[in-house]
Amino acid sequence: MFWDWGYTLEIMPTLLRASLITLQATVLGFLLAASLGLVLAILRMSQSRWVSLPTGAFVEFVRSTPVLIQIFFIFFVFPEFGIVLPAMVAGVIALGLHYGAYCSEVYRAGLENIPKGQWEASVALNLSPYVTFRDIIIPQAIPPVVPALGNYLVALFKETPLLSAIAVLELMQTAKILGSQSFRYVEPITIVGLFFLVFSLIAAALIRQVEAWLNRSLRNPGGAR
Amino acid sequence: MTTPMVKFDKVTKRYGSLTVLDSLDLEIAANEKVAIIGPSGSGKTTVLRMLMTLERINEGIIYVDGEPLTHMEKNGTLVPADQRHLRRVRGNIGMVFQHFNLFPHMSAIRNCMEAPVNVLGMPKAEARERAAELLDMVGLGDKVDQYPSQLSGGQQQRVAIARALAMRPKVMLFDEVTSALDPELVGEVLNVIRKLGSEHNLTMLMVTHQMGFAREFADRVCFFYGGKIAEEGAPDEIFSNPENERTRQFLSAVLEAN
Repeated sequence: MFWDWGYTLEIMPTLLRASLITLQATVLGFLLAASLGLVLAILRMSQSRWVSLPTGAFVEFVRSTPVLIQIFFIFFVFPEFGIVLPAMVAGVIALGLHYGAYCSEVYRAGLENIPKGQWEASVALNLSPYVTFRDIIIPQAIPPVVPALGNYLVALFKETPLLSAIAVLELMQTAKILGSQSFRYVEPITIVGLFFLVFSLIAAALIRQVEAWLNRSLRNPGGAR
Repeated sequence: MTTPMVKFDKVTKRYGSLTVLDSLDLEIAANEKVAIIGPSGSGKTTVLRMLMTLERINEGIIYVDGEPLTHMEKNGTLVPADQRHLRRVRGNIGMVFQHFNLFPHMSAIRNCMEAPVNVLGMPKAEARERAAELLDMVGLGDKVDQYPSQLSGGQQQRVAIARALAMRPKVMLFDEVTSALDPELVGEVLNVIRKLGSEHNLTMLMVTHQMGFAREFADRVCFFYGGKIAEEGAPDEIFSNPENERTRQFLSAVLEAN
């Protein structure tokens, strides 16, 4: 038979363990991307050109080069400068950096949509720039961009197989190893594909839930009247 | 002579080649209520925005309570103020905007607590108590937990007044605060301003199109035209007996419209 159920059961525990690595890389990478993106977006809005221009250049550079090259650069080139990182760490940093650049553009759109009057009221109340961002601007800027951020979460998740190129034992790398040991690729690769499908669908559904919840609370903060 | 609360000393503001305010000299005494009137584009809102440091000035100096706002003393000369100096002197000034600019994600009382807690370092309980008192004073004691979207325009503007007062400013700026309101809501906001004028020691500067209110409330009216004060004086003089041809034209146009 084309599909071997016995073999499927046999490799399942290994693949499930590997899926934890994939999820871990996704979550850590996205946490880095989401926080780095916000910092980049704020720096890019700085009044000082000495801050905003280099930040913009950095974002454009990261967005315009393939993430695989960035992964290789951090893993293989950084050691030349004395920075030796474990493969998983290098991979998470590269994914976080790459998607951080994308997220920064999303945040920027959210920040730029805040009406001028909110900034002016903050000045009139003498709020410091830090408090203005923390209490006034960011709480209003982020909810509308959550769906766009969610898309990047799913995109980042689907890019984690790239980490197999630096031998992180995530799903794809594990499937490749299993295949090369048994010369059966059908089961491991198919299962990995299904795994990505299922988790992408779950993530998309969760994002829709969050979006709906945000829409409700944005349109009517404080609840029904 | 006592120190004026606000003093514009030859202040000029330009946008590119357009001169919005041309070497403005204006002194406002403590507790004085000054109404600024004039056609649109005459620079009247810019006066308030410069005083609130929302606009940079190109020339001249603005003083608040005897201290330079736009400049600071350094080695015996005045240099443009840095952010720290701006923040310190700006603390004397509060502003109410045409479009309220309340924080939509905060309840009325949180709007009034935000700055006292984060700028003055007031304990939350005390800030809450004071905010509740102020909201009560503007007639919104029963709306403290409502969000801006749940309030009418007039109510939102009264929250905005309470929010500015919570910082205990010496000078309050009102920038066309009733222009965005439905006509039936104008009265409730003007009543609050009347009350402030009679019960508090506040210097008030208002840009307004409510000529009746300016006449009744202000100690002095300044008519702006083309970036200058074309005419100023007691409300009765300006409204009953304007000397300047521009003032006459403006007032008759406004009265006709009403």
